[in-house]
Amino acid sequence: MPYKIKKDAGFAIVELTGDIDLSCSPEARKVILECLSDRLPTLVDLSAVTYIDSSGVASLVEGYQTAKKKSLEFGLLGVSEAALSVLELARLDKVFPIYASLKERLAKNA
Amino acid sequence: MPSKNALLTLRFQADPRRLRSVRNRVQALGEKLGCTKQQVTDLVIAVNEACMNIMQHAYKGDRAGRIVLEIRRDGGELEILLTDFAAPVEYREIGPRALHELRPGGLGTYFIQATVDECSYGHLEGQSGNYVRMRKQIN
Repeated sequence: MPYKIKKDAGFAIVELTGDIDLSCSPEARKVILECLSDRLPTLVDLSAVTYIDSSGVASLVEGYQTAKKKSLEFGLLGVSEAALSVLELARLDKVFPIYASLKERLAKNA
Repeated sequence: MPSKNALLTLRFQADPRRLRSVRNRVQALGEKLGCTKQQVTDLVIAVNEACMNIMQHAYKGDRAGRIVLEIRRDGGELEILLTDFAAPVEYREIGPRALHELRPGGLGTYFIQATVDECSYGHLEGQSGNYVRMRKQIN
């Protein structure tokens, strides 16, 4: 699972790529939790995710809950069709804040 | 024992790095059989999650464990059988969580139930191991 972390407009943006399954979800979880442990509001970009299984979804849920405990923002960006169908199956599409892009998220403050 | 009329038989180790190739083979079979896009997606999710359950709960992370996947056609249904050779697992103990409970685990079994029409679990007779049998209507 190639991933990239960038900082933009005060957010840590974790870009996940490819299939997020049990072979790499522990790494995804670690990266997300590290951003939150640095007290950064965190957005996970799923636009290049081609598949996500329940272990990948669990990493996102843990990020969401950890952020909540720390009073930090947590959301998803550009969720791909493949990832959205799995989030819908778990009925999490209404739980996570989802934005088409960082621009859309920033427009919320405008 | 694997049956001769299986459409697909895969034998692989309980290594999460094998999941992608298993998904690819299941997807290819679904497409070859003319399943709808949603049916193919459901089959891939169900097989992936059942394999993960075996890796995590039966073999408890031991990547040397063996898994056998067989898919057969029975009229308008596909029968998917996954077998492991680990110590008996009480699958009732790893049932799905209620969706309103927001916690990281417990989604896998829910995903299986949501994507196939029938799912049953059992122990192999006369030897150590477990099976998961799933059925899905495709026509």
